[in-house]
Parts: sequence; C-alpha cells; structure tokens
Amino acid sequence: MHELSIAMGIVEAAMDEARQRNVQVSAVHLRLGALSGVVKDALLFSYEVACQDTPLEGSRLLIEEVPVMVFCPRCKEKRVLQSVQSFTCPECASPTREVLQGKELEVFALEVEE
Amino acid sequence: MSEPRLVEVRRNVLKQNDVIARSLREQFRFAGVFVVSLVSSPGSGKTTFLEKTLTQLQPRYRVAALVGDLATENDAARLARSKAPVKQITTGTLCHLEAAMVQNALQDWDLHQLDFLFIENVGNLVCPSSYDLGENLRLVLMSVTEGEDKPQKYPTIFNSADVAVITKNELSGVVEFDWDAARKSIESVRPGMKIFRLSAKTGEGMPEYLDFLSRQLAEQRAVVHS
Ligand SMILES: Nc1nc2c(ncn2[C@@H]2O[C@H](COP(=O)(O)OP(=O)(O)O)[C@@H](O)[C@H]2O)c(=O)[nH]1
Ligand SMILES: [Mg+2]
Ligand SMILES: [Zn+2]
Repeated sequence: MHELSIAMGIVEAAMDEARQRNVQVSAVHLRLGALSGVVKDALLFSYEVACQDTPLEGSRLLIEEVPVMVFCPRCKEKRVLQSVQSFTCPECASPTREVLQGKELEVFALEVEE
Repeated sequence: MSEPRLVEVRRNVLKQNDVIARSLREQFRFAGVFVVSLVSSPGSGKTTFLEKTLTQLQPRYRVAALVGDLATENDAARLARSKAPVKQITTGTLCHLEAAMVQNALQDWDLHQLDFLFIENVGNLVCPSSYDLGENLRLVLMSVTEGEDKPQKYPTIFNSADVAVITKNELSGVVEFDWDAARKSIESVRPGMKIFRLSAKTGEGMPEYLDFLSRQLAEQRAVVHS
C-alpha cells in the first residue's frame, strides 16, 4: 500500500503552501484521477495518520474523483469512459488509447483561516 | 479567527518524482541507453525472465540491471549469474520503486557504457503504476498460471504499461490457459498493446522479444541522432 506515502506528500504540499501564506489549513481539496493508482478509501484513512502531530491535524481531506477522459479517433470527440476496465468509446464502441484526463493526483485548493 | 476561505494551489503531489524521472529520461537519451522496467505480481517470473534476457543479449549488447526488493538480495544474486552488472535496491517497507531510488542507484555507473538497462520493480501490480522511473518502456508481465483476467483486475498498471509479456507459456496446456480471453482482457484496458507470449524456462518466444528490443534501441538512437 503506497497511500500512506502519498498522504504524507499531500500533507507536506499543503503545509508548504500554508507556510508561504501564513495561514491555517482546515481542509484540503484533492483531485484524484481514476487512473492515478490511488485508492480513495485507503487514502482517506492514511491522511488522518499522516496529519498526526502536524499543523494539519484535524483537517479534512475532500476528494473530487476525476473520471478518465479519452479522445475517440472515430467520433473525433472527447469522451468520458464509463469504466477503467473498458477503453472503448461509450458512443461508437471504438477502442481508444489516448488518455486526456484521469491520472490526476493534485492538491487543487486549500480551505484556510488567517 | 475569520471565516475560512478557499485558495487555489494546484500542486501535483508526485511532482518531485516526476521531475527526477524526467531528468533520468534525459540522461538515458543523452547516454544512448534504452531503459526497460518490469512490473508484475510476485512470482510471475520477472527475475527468471530478466536473467534470460541479460544472458541472451550479452553477446551483442552491453546490459545491466537494477532490481527492487523489499528485504532480500536473492534476486540480485540470481541476476548476477548472467555476469552483467547488477545492483539491488532494497526498498524496506516501500512496495514500489521511486525515481529517486533509481537515480541514487545509478550514481556510480557510467550510462554511456550501456546499451540496455533493466529495472525490476517490486512484485506488486498496484503501487508501481503511479511512479514514473524515467524508463523508455514499461513492460508488464503475467504468467499463464495467474488466470486470464489479471488485466481487468489491475487496469491501471496495464494501462500505464507499453508492452505485455505472458510468460510460463509451456504450462498453458496444463492450466488450460485461454489465450483469446487473455488477449481480450489486455485489449480492453490497453487497446493496441503489443503482447509477447513466451517461456523464460524453455526459451520459446524469447527471440521475437529480443528482436523487438533491438529495434527499440535502434529507433531511439536514430531519433537522438537525427
Ligand atoms: N514453468 C515455468 N516456471 C517459471 C518460468 N519463469 C519463472 N518460473 C518460476 O516461477 C517462480 C517465480 O519466478 P521469479 O522469476 O522469481 O518471479 P518474480 O517474483 O516475478 O521475480 C520460480 O519458481 C521460477 O522458477 C517459466 O517460464 N516457466
Ligand atoms: Mg524477482
Ligand atoms: Zn466514438
């Protein structure tokens, strides 16, 4: 399980941003792609552990799940996959391997207090 | 205290790893070495396959390997039988390799002296998928004894890989391996992925794979020199 090291990376990134702005973090907004290789529940659990004894202790992790978006070579359109188990266009069923979105592991925003 | 407010930061959590991986890839390109990483479940046959690969490439190419392992140095000892330079990266409790570990391990090697470098990742089909190691080719292995639906169970790692190798092929009759089902499973998570079917034990299927590697190296060098 690598969610703990990912969670520690999130806490570090948030702490760094908070220090620069001289603020307290009450929540972290994370964008998590369906192809990021990270499991949401394991990450939520690890986040609490990673926050212990840091200025972020007690803060919340809010996860926005980002679906996989591909480019369909037949429709020539962006399409959102229904499942990561099937890389086919939901409209025309063409196989597609061009991933445009879905690998995100990004601290998107912080809820802060002065 | 005032009301909480929202500030946008947009920070990639794996940025540090990605930056190192990018610099490694640049170093590899500059040195003209083609780098292949191997991922699979524990026991699929990475080390056996890699030992065979190193041994069979050696007459024609300068090869070396890094091998990640949780605690032991057994795999490194096995690979060293090929007489190629081999270095162990002990990851301790970490279930995957990261770019910084590869960078450290390579510090005292002269990459210009190599044609191929192989990196055996820790046996794990989940964690390694998030970490770019700067490799030119990521190869995912599965053996016929694991069942045909591995790709559907681990779509992320299969989708992140460039090539699939199905190994232990000489056992496919015994375990009634359904080749069509396996190919469909791979195709559904990674359309168009190149698949090699081989046995590291008997050597069947190895020549096609080794030819493919030779072509990849030649292509990479052609791009660099043009
Ligand atoms: N029958 C057969 N066994 C193999 C083959 N490749 C590896 N093995 C066996 O599978 C087991 C695990 O192999 P190993 O290379 O250590 O797998 P790793 O954990 O992925 O590095 C060992 O007992 C190997 O002898 C093969 O092509 N055919
Ligand atoms: Mg091994
Ligand atoms: Zn389509």
